[in-house]
Amino acid sequence: MPFEWFLALRYLRDAKGQTALILGGVGVGVSVIVFLSALIGGLQSSLIDKTLGTQPHVTIHVPREVARPLVEPTRAVAIARQTEETSQRLRSIDQWPSVMDAVERIPGVVAASPSIVGAGFAVRSGAKSPIVVRGVDPERVLAIIDLRARLTAGHFDLDGASVVVGAKLAADLGATVGDKLRISSSEGVDDVVTIGGVFRLGNEVVDGTWLVTSLRHAQSLYGLPGGVTTIELKVADVFAAERIANEVQSRTGIPADSWMKINAELLAGLSAQSSSKSMIQFFVILAVALGIASVLIVSVVQKSREIGILRAVGTPRGRILRVFLIQGGLLGSGGSVIGCAFGAVLAKLFESIARDPSGAPKFPVQIDLSLLVFASLLATGVGILAAAIPARRAAALDPATAIRNG
Amino acid sequence: MAESSPPVLVVEGVVKEYGDVARTRALAGVDLIVGRGELTALVGPSGSGKSTLLNIIGLLDRPTRGHVALGGTETTELGERELTDVRARMLGFVFQFHHLLPAFTALENVMIPGWGHEGWPSAKLRSDAKEILSAVGLADRMNFRSTNLSGGQQQRVAIARALVRRPPLVLADEPTGNLDTASSAEVLELMRRFNRELGTTFLIVTHDTRIAESCGRIVELVDGRVTSDRRP
Repeated sequence: MPFEWFLALRYLRDAKGQTALILGGVGVGVSVIVFLSALIGGLQSSLIDKTLGTQPHVTIHVPREVARPLVEPTRAVAIARQTEETSQRLRSIDQWPSVMDAVERIPGVVAASPSIVGAGFAVRSGAKSPIVVRGVDPERVLAIIDLRARLTAGHFDLDGASVVVGAKLAADLGATVGDKLRISSSEGVDDVVTIGGVFRLGNEVVDGTWLVTSLRHAQSLYGLPGGVTTIELKVADVFAAERIANEVQSRTGIPADSWMKINAELLAGLSAQSSSKSMIQFFVILAVALGIASVLIVSVVQKSREIGILRAVGTPRGRILRVFLIQGGLLGSGGSVIGCAFGAVLAKLFESIARDPSGAPKFPVQIDLSLLVFASLLATGVGILAAAIPARRAAALDPATAIRNG
Repeated sequence: MAESSPPVLVVEGVVKEYGDVARTRALAGVDLIVGRGELTALVGPSGSGKSTLLNIIGLLDRPTRGHVALGGTETTELGERELTDVRARMLGFVFQFHHLLPAFTALENVMIPGWGHEGWPSAKLRSDAKEILSAVGLADRMNFRSTNLSGGQQQRVAIARALVRRPPLVLADEPTGNLDTASSAEVLELMRRFNRELGTTFLIVTHDTRIAESCGRIVELVDGRVTSDRRP
């Protein structure tokens, strides 16, 4: 075994109580990091999943219609004018098949689905509810929002006049699978549809308003033959959605909004959560570093005579330096193993105890290998860094003075 | 034999001063030549500069002026790394309080000079360490922690540690200063034996006149100067 490893291990083994205490301290610190990260990561994932379960990652939509002034001021002529906002008609994206073809080639885009989104009303037996009609390509839409997996009754069948509706909308209208509904689009077209399936996405607004039909049916409801009002995208990395939306816009010239822009408040909340987590991690790591550094500084003081002897009999400075760096690294990595195990068990215990009436965890935790590897590398790195000061001090000891005064 | 071989140690005009303003002179121009195979006692009253001279010869301290050459290598201008190498190659140390590492066994302590310098414990180093420990009568104590050995045994381990790499010069600072009479006699006899059998040169700082008288040469230091150099 290399000398520095042998000596580092022997020093740690000989100071059993001190080593156990600092390992415990590092372990507690790492377990706090693992527990907090697992909890906050789980909460964030759950929030994002719920949010993205009902919306695409990027939505490409028709540009807003803007009123153009008839005359523009010049250097010579100033004009007082008032331009009124134009009311927005439901229009199709120009040349949408080629737009879709172009965006599907953007790296990071994993699925694209054309759709028509329009407003309307659904009526049944005197009950009337405002609805959001979503005309979709049945094959493509499932890659964006998996409605089939969220069905609570019936089938995902959009053939002919068959539609699927949100569970709350069905309940509000007193309807179920097989019942007929009369619907009126905002363009004034009426039709009768049959409920083929009922879904629940977990978002009250969506479950209370969505009526999903075929693209062709929606085109006839809104007078857009062959047209679509939006193209919805799914991307591989949900946090790359804003960048991809910008790229879509720059490639096609058509506005595209990411879920991040649409849910800016949610993201701000998540970001604040992440900042709090980072701050707690920072102070925990600082405490771990100070703990390791103080133990090793004491060790250098206690062993200065031995270090002097080692230097006197020919041990180079660099080797003495490494003895203490290794001890720091071992304390960090050893503590991180304890901390990862303890933190993971604690997080799982917390998840299993706090459950809602349906049995689902109130606080879902997310423990993945990358979190444990991150915590371990962080603690080991901090251990080595914390050992740098005592290690330099040990290596710089003057052997004659250390032997005389040590 | 000692006279015919080239000197293992040459100390020439060594001065050591401490302090910046009110300078204290610990050594006031020491000249000393030690031939190979000599057993030399360095004596003198407390504060005469013995330990300072030993530290300078042991390359643990640098002289203010003057030169020290070990085995023909001029050391005064060497850098830290070269000094460490010369120390490892040329010198063995025996201290008054043995200064063994308590976390190590006797065998591991003896292996330290080679292991610490080279980084890895070679098979030769291990066998040399066992051999020298057997030679000092501790074959059955090799795997004992140093804290579980008597004072005399600990000092024998320290001698084995100093000799394991067969350095040309061993510096011993009051090697019997902390031992009872019987243990002192054992330690002295060991040094005499290795001097005789291996030809190892010993420079022993001592207050003990019996030890000094049993050496082949006695150098006396008073107020930082060599005041006498005789062969009893």
